[in-house]
Amino acid sequence: MPVVLENLGKRFGDGAPVLDDVNATIGKGEFVALLGASGCGKSTLLNIMAGLEVPTSGALEVPSDGAAFMFQDSALFPWLTARENVELALKLRGVGKAERRAKAGELLDLVHLAEAADKRPHELSGGMRQRVALARSLAQDRQLLLMDEPFAALDAITRDLLHDELERIWKETGRTIVFVTHNVREAVRLGQRVLLLSSRPGRVVEEWNVTEEHRTDAGLAGQLTGVITARLREEIRRHAK
Amino acid sequence: MPSKFLSDSAPDAAPAPQVDVTEPPLAEPGETKVSTSSTAGSTKIHAALTRSSTGHADLRELESGLDSLQSDAVRKARIDWSRVLLPVAALVVLVLIWQFYVSLGFKRRDQVPGPLDVLGQFGTLWADGSLQEAVWTSLQRGLMGFLISVVIATPIGLLLAQVAPLRRAFGPLISGLQVLPSVAWVPAAIIWFGLTDATVYFVVFMGAIPSIINGLISGVDQIPPQYRRVGTVLGASRLEMAIQIILPAALPGYLGGLKQGWAFSWRSLMAAEIIAVGGTIGFGLGSMLNQGRDLADMTIVMSAILLILAVGILIELLVFGPVEKRLLQRRGLLAGSTR
Repeated sequence: MPVVLENLGKRFGDGAPVLDDVNATIGKGEFVALLGASGCGKSTLLNIMAGLEVPTSGALEVPSDGAAFMFQDSALFPWLTARENVELALKLRGVGKAERRAKAGELLDLVHLAEAADKRPHELSGGMRQRVALARSLAQDRQLLLMDEPFAALDAITRDLLHDELERIWKETGRTIVFVTHNVREAVRLGQRVLLLSSRPGRVVEEWNVTEEHRTDAGLAGQLTGVITARLREEIRRHAK
Repeated sequence: MPSKFLSDSAPDAAPAPQVDVTEPPLAEPGETKVSTSSTAGSTKIHAALTRSSTGHADLRELESGLDSLQSDAVRKARIDWSRVLLPVAALVVLVLIWQFYVSLGFKRRDQVPGPLDVLGQFGTLWADGSLQEAVWTSLQRGLMGFLISVVIATPIGLLLAQVAPLRRAFGPLISGLQVLPSVAWVPAAIIWFGLTDATVYFVVFMGAIPSIINGLISGVDQIPPQYRRVGTVLGASRLEMAIQIILPAALPGYLGGLKQGWAFSWRSLMAAEIIAVGGTIGFGLGSMLNQGRDLADMTIVMSAILLILAVGILIELLVFGPVEKRLLQRRGLLAGSTR
């Protein structure tokens, strides 16, 4: 099991807990969508898995080599070209110079950006930047890939395509992916499993399996989306005064 | 999300954009089902809820179409003559106003010489070689002093910007040194080093170093926090973070500091050359200015001032201007500016 979360809790200072008693196990090669409304601590949970933050209670098991991370904004370095951005990830991993260039080319080809390799981030569209960011996180060569709403800022057409793209790359590379989103349709579209996180404090309240049938039958997928949305709204209503 | 969506489970209920395709979709290898909604006769693709492309080749084609729609067409830059002609025109206008003022005769000609008088003095100074000597001596010292300042200030600036206790301890002192006019160091330098080149360099360092350090620190302060997080996630060590991420990210601010550092070097140098004359200190532009005052020859004074100004303008036009423009353009930062 690459990721095991046991009774995980997090609070900032003396404030109310952001996460409380989070339990989850994520298997190798699994694609898990972490769904929740705003303020449910999804990003905090992801940061804890990435080692960017420390939990205040509970235990956590992640791969010893850490995790690759993809942010909501591409967070590419503007002074480097697309290729150099990917190469930097390889360089910081200790890959030799000649190999770096070849590997970066391969990864950019994987996200269909071989022609744009020498462009700088400001010359690329939002979707292209996210694909470079995806190539960079793949360059980290970690089994676990954490994604923090990576497509939230994209237009609908681009997002639909990137869903297909991400699914394809996940199948090709066999990564374990934890994908945080507040979009129910996106969670159903991508995850093999959808975990619903409650808000304040965040806790896994329910989970659903998404089968191969849901990938191809829009009716079935729509039905599941409806069920999950209803449960999510129930969580949100609890906070009404 | 619309509420009708909660209970609706009809096949066509997907709220996402639906795209009709005329030809039957190709199945992905190893896959038995394709995205159909089993409505008689037509095949529909339900983007957002199910797979919306029909295989790898299709996806590649769609993406490349979208990429070319969303990227700007490349525009070729041409030589913009207004960049050359406007400054030259401004210069001509200023010289004409000067000549006009002189021809009105409000002041004695030896106190306010005209452009032609100064031009004549330029010729004289050029002929006896003192113009070339002064420019060369000063420029050499200014550049040398500036470069050494960069080498000293850069590691100190990085260290102060990255290590909080050091920053808190020495930050105010560095800011204070930047405000202190470096001329204030001239008497001390003369006492310590006598009338030698060491005096001149010392004053230049005291002017340029704090200013470069401050520029670098403020450049580091303006780095978006996201860059550091990316660095951490990518596994950068402290040193790698400083060299691969912090320094390039802070480059625009650092360059601003370098520009100011050069300005301070040049000014400090002139001040030192005017005050400290003689000994083994050679003949620079500041010395020429001082000589003009001693001889009460306004044309020499004006020549020296114009030469000092010209060197400043040339360094900006030939060195800092192009470097800064290139740096900002590569990061997509100059669009819409008046530069």
